[in-house]
Parts: sequence; structure tokens; C-alpha cells
Amino acid sequence: MPKVTVDGVEIEVPAGATVLQACELAGKEIPRFCYHERLSIAGNCRMCLVEVKPGPPKPQASCALPATEGQEIRTDSPMVKKAREGVMEFLLINHPLDCPICDQGGECDLQDQAVAYGRGGSRFHENKRAVTEKYMGPLIKTIMTRCIHCTRCVRFSEEIAGVDEIGALYRGEDMQITTYLERAAAHELSANVIDLCPVGALTSRPYAFEARPWELKKTLSIDVSDAVGANITLHSKGREVMRALPRVNDDVNEEWLSDKGRFQVDGLTKRRLDRVWLRREGKLQPAEWNEAFAKIAAALEGDKASIAAVAGDLLDAETMFAAKALVNACGSNLTEARQTGMTYDVSNLAAVNFNSTFAGIETADAILIIGSNVRWEAALLNVRLRKAVKAGAKVFIIGPEWDPTYPATFLGSDLKILNRVPKQLGDVMKSAQRPAVILGAAALAKGALPAALKLVDKFGLVKDGWNGFNVLHISAARMASLMLGFTLPGGMGDIAAASPKVLLSLGADEMDYAPFAKSLKVYIGHHGDRGAHNADIILPGASYAEKDGTYVNTEGRVQFAEKAVFAPGDAREDWTILRALADVLGVTVGFDSFEELQAKMIAAVPALGEEGLADYGPLPKGDSSARFDGAIAGYPIKDFYLTNPIARASAVMQQCSDELLHGADVKEAAE
Amino acid sequence: MLADKDRIFTNLYGFQDWGLKAAQARGDWDNTKALLERGPEAIIEEIKASGLRGRGGAGFPTGLKWSFMPKESRDGRPSFLVINADESEPGSCKDREIIRHDPHKLIEGALVAGFAMRARAAYIYIRGEYIREAETLQKAIDEAYAAGLIGKNACKSGYDFDVYMHRGAGAYICGEETAMIESLEGKKGQPRLKPPFPAGAGLYGCPTTVNNVESIAVAPTILRRGAAWFASFGRENNKGTKLFQISGHVEKPCVVEEAMSIPFEELIERHCGGIRGGWDNLLAVIPGGSSVPLVPAEQIRHAPMDFDGLKELGSGLGTAAVIVMDKSTDIVRAISRISYFYKHESCGQCTPCREGTGWMWRMMERLRTGDAAIEEIDMLHEVTKQVEGHTICALGDAAAWPIQGLIRHFRPELERRINEHNAQFQEAAE
Repeated sequence: MPKVTVDGVEIEVPAGATVLQACELAGKEIPRFCYHERLSIAGNCRMCLVEVKPGPPKPQASCALPATEGQEIRTDSPMVKKAREGVMEFLLINHPLDCPICDQGGECDLQDQAVAYGRGGSRFHENKRAVTEKYMGPLIKTIMTRCIHCTRCVRFSEEIAGVDEIGALYRGEDMQITTYLERAAAHELSANVIDLCPVGALTSRPYAFEARPWELKKTLSIDVSDAVGANITLHSKGREVMRALPRVNDDVNEEWLSDKGRFQVDGLTKRRLDRVWLRREGKLQPAEWNEAFAKIAAALEGDKASIAAVAGDLLDAETMFAAKALVNACGSNLTEARQTGMTYDVSNLAAVNFNSTFAGIETADAILIIGSNVRWEAALLNVRLRKAVKAGAKVFIIGPEWDPTYPATFLGSDLKILNRVPKQLGDVMKSAQRPAVILGAAALAKGALPAALKLVDKFGLVKDGWNGFNVLHISAARMASLMLGFTLPGGMGDIAAASPKVLLSLGADEMDYAPFAKSLKVYIGHHGDRGAHNADIILPGASYAEKDGTYVNTEGRVQFAEKAVFAPGDAREDWTILRALADVLGVTVGFDSFEELQAKMIAAVPALGEEGLADYGPLPKGDSSARFDGAIAGYPIKDFYLTNPIARASAVMQQCSDELLHGADVKEAAE
Repeated sequence: MLADKDRIFTNLYGFQDWGLKAAQARGDWDNTKALLERGPEAIIEEIKASGLRGRGGAGFPTGLKWSFMPKESRDGRPSFLVINADESEPGSCKDREIIRHDPHKLIEGALVAGFAMRARAAYIYIRGEYIREAETLQKAIDEAYAAGLIGKNACKSGYDFDVYMHRGAGAYICGEETAMIESLEGKKGQPRLKPPFPAGAGLYGCPTTVNNVESIAVAPTILRRGAAWFASFGRENNKGTKLFQISGHVEKPCVVEEAMSIPFEELIERHCGGIRGGWDNLLAVIPGGSSVPLVPAEQIRHAPMDFDGLKELGSGLGTAAVIVMDKSTDIVRAISRISYFYKHESCGQCTPCREGTGWMWRMMERLRTGDAAIEEIDMLHEVTKQVEGHTICALGDAAAWPIQGLIRHFRPELERRINEHNAQFQEAAE
């Protein structure tokens, strides 16, 4: 632990720290553009110059200089001030003075640092440079004249995303940042470069000229587009969510967000269910709440217990608890959340949890992925896997091939290969210090869970301080639904077999409605998607942005999201609809407010009351007779951009799907 | 004057054949095995004792540089020698003469130096524009391989050593040692941050030394004739012989090998037939290639041409590319052209150089015509100071120094132009 002196104050810094980190530890602000904690050090902006003794008699780039014993660092000397002013002047001479029409205005590093460290006036009397815009796809808008060549975007795509898409052309003052052949940046994390860009060169295309940062209300929320549970901030203006930005959470999403989680929010205002609909003579027609409730009550007349509830993928724990309370109060136990029909055993939740945790999987040294296209099912997890591979981990994948962005060995799609583990896989897994298995949704659907549990002993997945058995879910509601016991042993089959008179579909848009032709199908949800099309009654509910709620990600991490805006029109928060329905049906569910609902839920499942990882206890013993069977024909996600009703309603996601996945011609706004 | 018997480069002008036979007749590859048998330590000590300083411009002691390389590989990484033949400095043309007329001196030097620093292979990074030279060099390398002088069991010494030639694509910045390493690795030629220094992690992350062609090519001769012989030329701390490349307004521009510390006047009179129009016609000299500040006539005339002597004059020996300018020269235009060169060749990686070189050039262009204000001279000087010492590599310094030299020595000329130019417009304004 070297000791250094920063502006006369002696501090001890961790070994391997840079001078910049030492200055930060000492509470000194060091201006920077190219330096970013999660990217490699470029040292090219030269804004972080400080004076260091011993050393050459010139300012040093603190981001790239290791802190060593006895250094005397000055961040407040005339030399440093002059150096910062000089660099800032150089950055500004070719930067356009278009802050009033720049979307970065108000959240621009260059703006802020120019005020704090700049000279105040300009001495540059030549013409400024202009750079043509570069097409980077439907999500990233470029105004490359503003670029200060910090290369954060280049380093992000190369190091974090793992796709060499962005780079620099030409040299000197003609240097330009661009995508290869100006093709769209087509990966699941592309839009993170917008956050990384310290100036307004890369901005959000869908959000262009929509709002100023100081007009926006910021609400802490959780992303529901996958089961990662990325921490986000919803920025809203009036009743509309303008954008979603990632929040820093090193355990979950670091500070990244998938493009879907970021840009599906425009879907929150489109195709919304904002009033009650009733199917009359085969057609959905506008109706009143009372009519709809009366019809449900009539259907259950005399046989209240003939009610079932199916939960969709985006639901919060509270809504599911309220639905379960209602169904149970009616005397039924027909609740199921695995809407696509999966029936894996949920008696031990540790067996269906991502036990290594996302941060933990980075330290794994051998990883077997069974039936998961991680890039599409949990883009942010793939970032972690990439880090693990960079640190030396070997990855094997069973399933159809996809591009993992890191070296991985595909062992084919046949699951039976695992009944007699191939030598190349077995050797690596058994000799690993921290081996991990990731079981994806495609493998769960093939009933591979019991056999996979046998791998725990075979590969030694559980060691002191390490649990390498992981199940990767793709639905944001999954772990909460399992914790709430919102399942049946036979899954959706049990509900179909019971043929309930009333089927409550809580935003279940991926389920098969065919077996329920005789049921009265009540859709409580927010988007006019498949569930609504099949419904007999539509009761408009609230999306994740429009209600408080608890979510549990695939690691079993309990997280709380807050309400950002009000639901449109007649739409209500889901639990109030269920509560009202209880009155109509003449049953008692035991709560009259959201607080009471939440308290009751926490009383039933205490883990849901505590933010952080839930404890599911040890893994069960594997069933020795279980065998792997079948082959993985495909992955559940067919189109990364259109996996949920919000994304399917989003024009931006539609465009991404068209352009980036299906090769449609680029649509220009002007046309 | 350096006696013919003391010349290292005996075929500098290509009067003889460059091939292996002729080179051997001149003494190259003469029992190289015996040189290697002295062992790496002894070779490095000999080079250290000779006082050889790097011939690429910075003048870092060559033997010392070699001694930074690891004595043994602890983690299995090989070491590499990279030879910088990306001679792009305006005014410099010595490496070219070595490569096209005496390539075996370089290849033998590569083996000896590579052996001394325990390198696995040498990469010769040759400037892209040197097309014929690259052809010659490749043929020479092939000859050496065929004769068993390099490759497996090089010169029957039991040491395996490969020599590869790599052609650049014409970027000046690739002459910077770490940019050269990046370029060799197939990346965009941009200098790396130091530390880590190449001796710790260079080419492909392995210990690497980058040396100039001349530094390498003189090594075998120093070993054969002894450090004392080499050290007998030049002043203390500036030992040896050096290839001077005199261009510009002299009667006979030439490349010539001379003893270090030769006075400028003697160098010009003996080898170049004097200054065009006589010594009174001399305006200024850029003594070390375009990146060092110019020296006005009265100061350079009796100055010793070596690292320390020119440093005292506020300039530098650089690559000893002497650019002579007589009084017919538009000195502001000359420096402006150099500024354009640096603007064109800046890699664009770090801010002060990327933005500063363009700004400086544009201002120089205005100063050339006088379309400026007097205060702008000071402002330009301040801008050069803002670039100098704030960049990743030395290109920023190289862009700043010529302008600083101009302002230091020719400020009256700049002011005269501004006053004359602005006087034209005075009437109109009244």
C-alpha cells in the first residue's frame, strides 16, 4: 500500500492504483474525458494532467500513471491549472458552439468541465472543423463535429460488447470515429455508447430533441425486459416516460443496459389498453367497469372456485400476490406463472436460481452453458461471461450456434451428450477451481433440470464459498412467482385440465389460449397484444412504469421499483382491479391499500421484504436416475427486440428488429 | 576529417555491389560467430564503453538500452528487436543509403544486437515509400538466410535468430517506437502510453527494444575494431562517427560519414563545397531534421555538430539531417511548411497534438503573409508551449520546437511582415 501526498495531504492508496484514483481518494476532483472506470486506459484526452514529483518537469496524465511510494502529487499548482486550461482550449477550438441545440446540453461533461477548468474566452480565429455524420443505426444519432475523440465508444464496443464495430479513421485533426462501413452498430448493448460519450457526438436517436435533462422527473425503477433486473432510472415528463437510463449497480448491471430495456419505453404510450372492453357478438367493444365485473360474477355464479390466474412475464410480486389471494379466496388454487407450459420442479428454489450471481460468474474459470443464447436472453450476463473468458475461463455451449463474442466451444445441440460427458468438457470442468453450469430456458423446457442437478456432484460445482449451479430465466416475473408459489405441479396443463369458468390472464401474452376456448378469458394488462386479442373481457392495468412493485431477478435478488407516471385513461394499478373484483365476487382478500397488500405479501414470503439476494438454502441432491434427453432445436427468443408486449408496441424496437435483424432498408426520418 | 580507413560505411555511395559477396569482401559477416562467442554481457559492455548514443534522434545510450532487456525469460515470453527503418523525418536520408547500399551491415548488426539482448527475432520496419530499398533489403535477408548467417543456428553459433522485414504504409508517426510496435501488430499506428516501456512489454506484450538502423548497423564494426577505436572520435559524451545528411543551400548536398563534434563550418566546407553564395549568404540551419529548432547563421558556424553542442544552442542533433537555408529562403514559409507536415502526420490520438498542430499551422500561414496581429506571435508561442510536453509521444514537441525556434530568432521578421501587411489596409480604414 504505497503512501502518496496529494496537495500536501498524505494518504495511503491500494497497490496498483493510478495517480488519478489516488487523487480521488484524497477527495480531489480530476477532470477527465477519456478515462472511464470500466474501460481500458487510453490516456488520450490529456485533461487529467497533474504535477507529480519525482518525475519529468512536465504535467503527467494521472489516469495512466501508477501511484508509487513517496509521490508528491499536486492538483492545484499553477502548472496544472495552465495545463488544464490549455487542453480545454484545444478541445473547444474545433467543438461547435451549438449547445443550445445539442441534446447533451445540461448533462455534458465538456460543458461542465469547460466552466470549471476552461479559460473563459476563445483565442481561436480560424475556421472550425466540420465532420459528416455517421450512420450508427436506429438508436444512435451522431453529430460527429462535436466529437472530441476520447475513444470511449471504441473501447466499449471492443472490450465490453466484444464486437469490433466502432473505430477511428484517418489521423490528426482529420480523425473520425465511425462504424465499419457506416453500418449500424448491431448488438444488444450498442446504446451504452450514448451514455459513455462525454459530449453530444453520440446521442439517443429516439429521444432526439424530446426534452432537457432538468425538466425530467427521475424515478428509480427496475428493467423488466429480461430476468437480469437491471437497475434503471425512468426519466419522465408529465405523464410520459421519455427515456430509461441505467443506474450503477455493480452486482447487477454495472452501469450498462440492454438496448431493449433502454428503448422499449416508447412502447409505453402506444397500443395501450386505456379502457374496459367487452366481447359482444365476437367483437371487442368499449364497456364500463360495472358491466365487466358483472359478467365475471355471472360466469362464476354458483361455482366460485372455478377460477384460475395466469401471470405474464412483466409482473411485479405484489400483483401476483393479489391475484393469488383472490383465486385462493374463491376456493381455487389454480395459479401458474410459467405461461409457456414449463413444469420443472420448484420444490427447492436454489435449484432454479442463478446461484453464482452475476458478479460471481465473472470469477468462474470453466462454464458450461446448456440451452441458452445468453446474448439475447440476458445481454448483460454475456458481458460478465466475456469478462470471465478474458480472465482465462473456458466456455462450452450446448445448443444451436450463436455468436458469444468470446471464444467458446459448441458441443452440438444434443443434450444426451451430457449423459456421457465428453473428455474435453469433463477435463476442463473437473480441474476448474470455480466451475459453473448455466441452464437456459430451452434446456428447462426439455426437462433437463433433474439431470443437470447431477452435474453438481459430477463437476464439483459447489465448493467452499462457491455455488456454480445456475438457471437463467428470461422472464422478469419468474423468480418472484416461484417464491410466491404461483405455480402448479403440472403447470399450464393442470389449469387446462381443470377447465376453469374464468381465466384471469395477468398480462400473459406468450401463453396458448386454445385450451381455454370455453373459459371466460379476462385479460388484465396494459398492451393490446396477444392476450388482449384472445380475451373476452379486457380490464386495463398498469405497466411497470406506472406502479410500485417488487421484482426478483434470476439471481434471486429482490429489488424494488417505483412508480414513475400514471397509467393512461381508465387504466388502474393491477392490484386495485383484483381488489375490486374480490368485492364483486363477495370474497375477502385481506388488504385495502397497497401498503397492506405489501405487508401481507411480506408476511407470507418474508424474503420479498428485504432488498438483496434471497436465501434459498442448499441445492437438492440430484436424482440419480435422471437422464438428459432430447436435443435443443432452438432458443425461446426468436427476435431479441420483440420479446414482450411493451417492446412489440414500441416503434423503435420494431425498427431495430426490421433493420438490424431482418435487413430491411434503412428508414430515414425525412422519407 | 575522418580518414577513409576509419569509415564504417564503406559502400555508402553504392560504388560497389550491395550483395553478400561484396559485403563479405568489405569485411561484413567476417567471423560473426566469434563476435557472438563473446557472450551477450561482453557485447553490451563493449557497446556501452564505445559511448554509442542512439542515432534515431533522442541520443539515448545504446548499450544501456540493450541492458534493460531481461536476461532470461521468467514467464516464457520471447524478446524482440525492432529496427526502426521508418525514416520519415524531413531532411533525413541516412538509413536509406545504408539499406540500399550496405544492407548486410544492418542484418549482421541485427543478429549481434539481437543476440546481445537475447531476442528471438528482429523486425525491420521499413518506410513504405522505400520500395527499391525494401526489395534490396529483402534480397539481402534471403541471401543471409541462404548462407546460414541468420535463421536456425545463425553463423553456426548455435543461436536461432530470425529477421523479418515489415513495410510501413507511409505514416510518419509509425517511426515513434510504440506506434511502430502497434503498427507491427496490425493496429492503427498510434503511440502507446508509457509506462509500460517496450523493454517490459512491447511487441505482442513481449520485451522489445526499438533501435534505429544506424545504431544497429554500426554495432558489428564497433565490436570488431573495439570500443576504444569508436570512442576516439568526437567529444566526451558524444563519441563515434555519424552519418550527416546535408541538404538545402549548399553547393553539393550529400550524405557523409564524419566524426562526431566536427564543427559545422568544416563539415560544410570539406564535404559540401561551401554555402551557396558564401558564408555571408547563410541565413539559418536546421541541424537535426525538421523537428529541432533552427539555429541562425552566426551561432551555427563554429558550433560542434554533436548532441551536447547543439543542445547548448537550443537545438539538437536529432538524426543529423542538416538543412541549410541561405538568404533567399522565405524562412517563415519554410517553418510553416514544416508545421503543415506535423499537422498532416499527427496521429490524432491525443488532444493537444491533434488540435494544436492544425491551429499552429493555420496561424503560421497567416504569419507568412503577415495577416495577423503582433500579439498573435506571443499567442502562437503560448500555444506551442501548451502542446509541448502535454502529449503522449514526442510528435507534439517536434511540432512545437520549429515554431519556437522561429519566434526566438526571427521575431523581427515576423513583426515586419505583420506591419507591412497591415499598413496596406490602414488607408482604407481611415
